[in-house]
Amino acid sequence: MSARAPVLAARMLLRDWRAGELRVLAAALVVAVAAVTAVGFFSDRVRLALELQATELLGADLVVSADHALDESLLERGGQTLRRAEAVEFPSMVIAGDQAQLASIRAVSREYPLRGHLRISRELFAPDAEADGIPPAGAVWLEARLATQLGIAVGDAIDLGDARFRVDAILTVEPAGGGIGMFNLAPRLLFNAADLASTGLVQPASRVRYRYLFAGEADAVRTFRAQVEPALGRGESLESVGDARPEVRGALDRASRFLGLATLVSVLLSGVAVALSARRFIARHLDYCAVMRCLGASQRLILGVYGLQLCMLGVASALLGCALGYLAQFGLESLLGALLGIGLPAPSMRPARFGAGVALVTLLGFALPPLLHLRNVPALRVIRRELGGPGGARLLTWLTGVAAMAALVWWQAEDRLLSLYILLGAAAVLALLAAVAAGLIALLRQLRHRVGSTWRFGLLSLTQRAGTGVMQVMAFGLGIMVLLLLGVVRGDLLQEWERELPEQAPNRFLIKILPEQVDAVRDFFARSGLQPPELFPMVRGRLAEIDGRAVAAGDYHEDRARRLVEREFNLSWAERPQPDNRIVAGAWWGADGNGAAEMSVEVGLAETLGIRLGDTLAFRIAGAELRARVTNLREVEWDNFRVNFFVLTPPGVLDAFPATWITSLYVPADRYAVLNELVKTFPNVTVIDVSAIMDQVRRIMDRVALAVQYVFLFTLIAGLLVMAAAIHASLDERVRETVLLRTLGASRRQLLRGLATEFVSLGLVAGALGALGAGFIAQVLAHNVFHLSYGWDPGLLLIGALAGGIGVGVAGVLSTRFVLNMPPVQALRGL
Amino acid sequence: MSDQSQCPVVEARGVGKRVASPEGELELLRDIQFSIMSGEAVAVLGASGSGKTTLLGILAGLDTPSTGTVLIEGVDLFALDEEGRAAVRREAIGFVFQSFHLLPTLTAVENAMLPLELAGRADARAQAEQLLGRVGLERRLRHYPRQLSGGEQQRVAIARAFATRPRLLFADEPTGNLDLATGRRVIDLLFEINREQGTTLVLVTHDDTVAARCTRRLLLDGGRLRDAA
Repeated sequence: MSARAPVLAARMLLRDWRAGELRVLAAALVVAVAAVTAVGFFSDRVRLALELQATELLGADLVVSADHALDESLLERGGQTLRRAEAVEFPSMVIAGDQAQLASIRAVSREYPLRGHLRISRELFAPDAEADGIPPAGAVWLEARLATQLGIAVGDAIDLGDARFRVDAILTVEPAGGGIGMFNLAPRLLFNAADLASTGLVQPASRVRYRYLFAGEADAVRTFRAQVEPALGRGESLESVGDARPEVRGALDRASRFLGLATLVSVLLSGVAVALSARRFIARHLDYCAVMRCLGASQRLILGVYGLQLCMLGVASALLGCALGYLAQFGLESLLGALLGIGLPAPSMRPARFGAGVALVTLLGFALPPLLHLRNVPALRVIRRELGGPGGARLLTWLTGVAAMAALVWWQAEDRLLSLYILLGAAAVLALLAAVAAGLIALLRQLRHRVGSTWRFGLLSLTQRAGTGVMQVMAFGLGIMVLLLLGVVRGDLLQEWERELPEQAPNRFLIKILPEQVDAVRDFFARSGLQPPELFPMVRGRLAEIDGRAVAAGDYHEDRARRLVEREFNLSWAERPQPDNRIVAGAWWGADGNGAAEMSVEVGLAETLGIRLGDTLAFRIAGAELRARVTNLREVEWDNFRVNFFVLTPPGVLDAFPATWITSLYVPADRYAVLNELVKTFPNVTVIDVSAIMDQVRRIMDRVALAVQYVFLFTLIAGLLVMAAAIHASLDERVRETVLLRTLGASRRQLLRGLATEFVSLGLVAGALGALGAGFIAQVLAHNVFHLSYGWDPGLLLIGALAGGIGVGVAGVLSTRFVLNMPPVQALRGL
Repeated sequence: MSDQSQCPVVEARGVGKRVASPEGELELLRDIQFSIMSGEAVAVLGASGSGKTTLLGILAGLDTPSTGTVLIEGVDLFALDEEGRAAVRREAIGFVFQSFHLLPTLTAVENAMLPLELAGRADARAQAEQLLGRVGLERRLRHYPRQLSGGEQQRVAIARAFATRPRLLFADEPTGNLDLATGRRVIDLLFEINREQGTTLVLVTHDDTVAARCTRRLLLDGGRLRDAA
């Protein structure tokens, strides 16, 4: 490339900018980048914030736990950068008078917990408040059900080992120690680590778990993790944030899908706007190139100048877009800050990099082929204008552009399935739009002989520019489709989701119901005036073999997999799958399957542990063994708080094993006293309060709804830009024609009607097609990605066609009307 | 490049041009043979469709001949590749077109600067401003082509054509889009600057009064070139 190229490119960029040549292109790029980065920065910060919230469930960013006290040299690798707390955990009997109960005891250091807060109340079932620190020396905090079981109140004394403690408060919320499943939690008792020695309970042979909690900057945590992980020995393990509870994780998954969808759609739309305006830019610069060739510019110089010009434009737009995106997410923060309840951490630079990538990839993807074509514009075009027109590279342009976008989307996508659906859907809809548009334009061509002169003008110009017309229908159709799709997603799909977690979703789990108590528990609720819940049997077993291979935690790399292998599974039996379960592989056993050695495994578990359809699993249950073949994999909606199981068998298979029963139910706030009664009547039954987690899921839903609305704004702008670019695409030709008709004496009224006819027909066709596409994609997304049921809305078609006809008609006429207000020659000179 | 006093500035050797058309092959130019010496002003006359513009395109290396070749200052244009021909144009040739071919996004002065910029000249703006002053447009420097009349646009084109002080200037119907009076003023200007810079001029026209001001007149008729009276 010539050394002159950068200087020339910069000058030409400024001149083109000043002359207004680049405005739509630059606006499309800036909006693309701003939308993508605003969503990116925002979702990045929300993701970090939600991770932070998830750390509250863990009480730390990272926990190292061991069955022995760990060497200081290992723990000190965190250095000064990480905060640290310790907890020593063991089961022990707690004695109050003549009552004794097994409890999960936890002695904690002053800093505990590092993330989140303990909450306590000064009275049983009284409102709670955030605790200030940990229990003072000589005092304990214990869970309500332990107090109920022991028949004690705040102020009473309990004995723990050799020491006597005063009950200082009721523990209502403790950032749960990871690794302890929800269902094998003995009630918690918390006390000050300073008192640990006095209890005499930690002896060489006792079952003690040492938990070392760490928190700090993400980088420091990562570094520490990388150092500690390889040094861990037997009985030592790591727990981190990635392992949030399944309910929260389910909600977060959907949240990121909604946001991902909005981002993707903005990227695609902006890409189309960039494509359309880049094409027009190149077309308008054909003469420019011919003159430059004529004045002796080499092909390389021309390629260099235009390539650099587009790169500079891309970089400038990317910078501006990133800045706008960054500002926009501050607006979002002020909008959502209070709702989030926690400060949003600073975003990472990842979204900015992606934004810049979007600008350059879309610009070069769509502009490079016509740019390469520019190089070959013959100098002879200065005397023969028909030479070297822009048409040749059209298909190639779209193909490379679409390929570039697809690669970009694929690279960025956190959810490849969603991306695949969107890309395939967009491609299918575009192909459909092109085919139908071509067909309709051919039909209009027939029609124009049977309509009045005004209509004939409009239809004539539409049908004569068939190529541009098809492209415009595609662009308008895509724009309208995306806008409708977002409307549908924002409204119906979000509503559908919220409907899945109704006001009266279960907020209490009852576990450890003995088989002989099942009927009595049902009666208890019937007598209390509460709807008797459905009870499920539950057998606890440890996974021993997968298809003949012995299973050991050491075989797995992932924390979740290791923990799953180490702990006992809850197995259950069922005749039919629950309504919120979906078979994704294999087939459910029939009514005659009773007693058959079959198993149904939750698909997430199967993926984590490497279980495939057809594998034979062996479980060790209470000293005996159960073998069965996996005949189906199930998807489970964990975020609806119904009782669900990782592993199911047909009825009859588990009869020989000891079972307890479990249920979930909704207890209104004013009926919580019933739970006290229940615990007193059935002292062995444990009540677990899931309303806190459920509130968290609800809050996430609300946040997502707001976020999607906000992102919708950007997508709206991108959609409008696509429309503007599509109108501009035929502007030059239309001005020429209108001027010609004007010269031949057409009245202003005739011309306006002609323009209106053309744009309204374009809009009607595009709107109807866009509505069909939106309905179709919404179906696919609802069913395959969000797992929600969503019905066809016939009104969509009408809305699409009307909105398209009116919107495109008004916008089109407004943007070309100027031609009617100036002398023909002046209008032509502006081209 | 060879000594200008020794060899012609433009030399056409057996130039022919055939194009495919719906009615079969069409022979536009047939065995064109002539040379133009330094400082000459040559008019190429002919009726519409006689192939004048085609000939000009070939002489300037914008188009390729079917047979024969063209030498510019002794250099065989068609022994060069496209890039080589572009370099010859940058080096030695200026153009004035019937439809001006000003770039709509550039102001008058920027249009005149363009060839200087392509040649990497640092004083492009000063040169261009001076030339626009010479064609009487010193008050129109920042105007866009659409804000200029046809005559003004053609004067910008003339300033652009002479900006690099080319040794050879091709003008294709420079008055074709202008009214009589304006056309006459533009032609005056063209010849004045041509004289000042000592440029060799090849002018395609069908206007006899314009042709009359040239030192030599060639007539293109039926694809053949002959001296006109």
